[in-house]
Amino acid sequence: MKYHINHLRELEAESIFVLREVAAQFQKPVIMFSGGKDSIVMTHLARKAFFPAKIPFPLLHVDTGHNFPEALEYRDNLVKELGVKLIVGSVQEGIDTGLVVEETGYNASRNSLQTAVLLDTLEKHKFDAAMGGARRDEEKARAKERFFSHRDEFGQWDPKNQRPELWNLFNGKKRMGEHFRVFPISNWTELDIWQYIALEEIPLPSLYLSHKRKCFIRDGVILADSEYVNLKPDEKIEEMTVRYRTLGDMPITGAVLSDAATVQDIIMEVATTRITERGGRADDKRSETAMEDRKKAGYF
Amino acid sequence: MESFTSLEEYQKMSLLRFTTAGSVDDGKSTLIGRMLYDTKSVFQDQYDAIKETSERRGEEGVNLALLTDGLRAEREQGITIDVAYRYFATPKRKFIIADTPGHIQYTRNMVTGASTANLALILIDARNGIVEQTRRHAFIASLLQIPHLVICINKMDLVDYSEEAYEKIKSEFRGFAAKLDVNDVEFIPVSALVGDNIVNESENMPWYKGTTLLYHLENVHIGSDHNFIDCRLPVQHVIRPYSDEYHDYRGYAGRVAGGIFKKGDKVMVLPSGFTSKIKKIDTYDGEIAEAFPPMSVTMLLEDDIDVSRGDMIVRENNVPDVEQDLEVMVCWFNDRPLQPRGKYALLHTTQDVRCIIKDIRYKVNINTLHRDEDDKFIKMNDIARIVIRTTKPLFVDSYRKNRNTGSIIFVDEATNETVGAGMIIG
Repeated sequence: MKYHINHLRELEAESIFVLREVAAQFQKPVIMFSGGKDSIVMTHLARKAFFPAKIPFPLLHVDTGHNFPEALEYRDNLVKELGVKLIVGSVQEGIDTGLVVEETGYNASRNSLQTAVLLDTLEKHKFDAAMGGARRDEEKARAKERFFSHRDEFGQWDPKNQRPELWNLFNGKKRMGEHFRVFPISNWTELDIWQYIALEEIPLPSLYLSHKRKCFIRDGVILADSEYVNLKPDEKIEEMTVRYRTLGDMPITGAVLSDAATVQDIIMEVATTRITERGGRADDKRSETAMEDRKKAGYF
Repeated sequence: MESFTSLEEYQKMSLLRFTTAGSVDDGKSTLIGRMLYDTKSVFQDQYDAIKETSERRGEEGVNLALLTDGLRAEREQGITIDVAYRYFATPKRKFIIADTPGHIQYTRNMVTGASTANLALILIDARNGIVEQTRRHAFIASLLQIPHLVICINKMDLVDYSEEAYEKIKSEFRGFAAKLDVNDVEFIPVSALVGDNIVNESENMPWYKGTTLLYHLENVHIGSDHNFIDCRLPVQHVIRPYSDEYHDYRGYAGRVAGGIFKKGDKVMVLPSGFTSKIKKIDTYDGEIAEAFPPMSVTMLLEDDIDVSRGDMIVRENNVPDVEQDLEVMVCWFNDRPLQPRGKYALLHTTQDVRCIIKDIRYKVNINTLHRDEDDKFIKMNDIARIVIRTTKPLFVDSYRKNRNTGSIIFVDEATNETVGAGMIIG
């Protein structure tokens, strides 16, 4: 078996192929960068795909204003290192200009506002392909997603009417005003991502590793105390040893109790854990089809 | 567990892509659910969710088929609408399942799932034997040249685990498959509901001497599924860094579609026909000596010749066919039927051209494999042999020889939808 590559290298080769297709088929592509591990791996793969040239895409961050400061710091350093342009779509600005209306109540989050701000930013900059770090193993609606996912002029996903995707022939043809979402790491699993981070020694925001943090528990989810949350009367702040499995908005991203202090520790934890990584996301708990509904509306 | 936690062990795993096909109610979702559950690929929160749903619907026990439900409409109607991709791993391999619906109107989804699969898993309900859908699925698997076929004869528990029932279906399938182009066929009697011969060996069928489904999936030889003979690098993108450090760098980026390229090899670029030598095969992790499928690499040539996207780098003494007139087997995907004399956009490797449908030779009756030369009305889910002419020459191999350089898709120029998939006949 001399001419054989292992499954991580095969996934890598596939993702690089997809990223290069995006550069070739679209006029103005952009990488949606959240600061989470999946978008970090996607950006690392883009660096590999175009080496020794710079990544030919800017990074787009939809800033809800409710970010973990560690994620923002990581983002700014990475942008500097890659020498690419950073574009920020601001939810706060969207609220100020009346594009979106802030939710109220205990479970208020800016997560659903992201979609309108994302679509507005894509439109303003005339981006015709937005690459995201979504994976098909994450969630049941995402299991049906294509690599090249066509969106109409309202940014909507029509899951029953997707273009068939065969072999490695990707059809990025579109009409004026329409755009694509592209998911280069569709076929990676959570464990693949972590093993690849270990293999490639990719640096991550410190939030992924175990740390002490002031938290409280709501509906079984451990949430960080921050200026963005309103505590209910029976909720108590406690110091806990936690880490994050995904990074979203501070008020809705659940932490897990963990002593995992290195990537290797995390791999041990992921390999033995019995809860899916999105299990800690309050945004998916709103209903059984929460993700499908958000995707249809233009979420990534 | 160690293979999942040790990076060294993790890197020994290979990747198997397989597609599942079956007709309505033959237990395909249950089989996939069972495989995920028995390989411990189901998380606690997923299990809790389907347990709750099963109870709410008043079902007996936990319905593992619910693990594969995706869209709202699918759950409401209890059917699968679109190809869904699922993932699981054992210490030996990582698996990607293209889970395709069995309904007749969704044959295009099976073709889609089959296009990237190393293996096709076809389910047969032991009570019903071979039905129209089985023939259709086997034909598609052979048409798409899936290297390995596994026939799972399911619901053995409902035929008293009868060896006779199993043997009867097996021989009937063999009779049918003799007319098809399939090499490696394996038959496994299973009960997805009970778990017989899926992951664990069945105690109910002592007469069966073969392996479990999972053992077969873990051990089937996939090392020769790629073409390592005919060197083909379709150029995807030209890398020009425009920096002082890499001033004269011109790298031809692409995914190797066939053969083994080595540094120093004499190569030819199509369509220009210019020859040169491979100066370097580059990656982000440094130079490599050889490139082969399915690697993504960047190739640098000794001579400064004009190469751009859509060109193909090949070996001088082994070139593909350079053709504008092609014989193609097509599977039609769209509500709007194939238009005789119609013009379509066509994608092949990294080429984007136009074509005209010059002739429809025959339509295939998928159930009888009969060629109907009088029926030229090709609608959704039909399979036909056609003749096309392209605006520019393509660099092609027969699909049988190379799936990467022998496949094309048709795109409707008005709607931009992918309307058909084609396999080039050499």
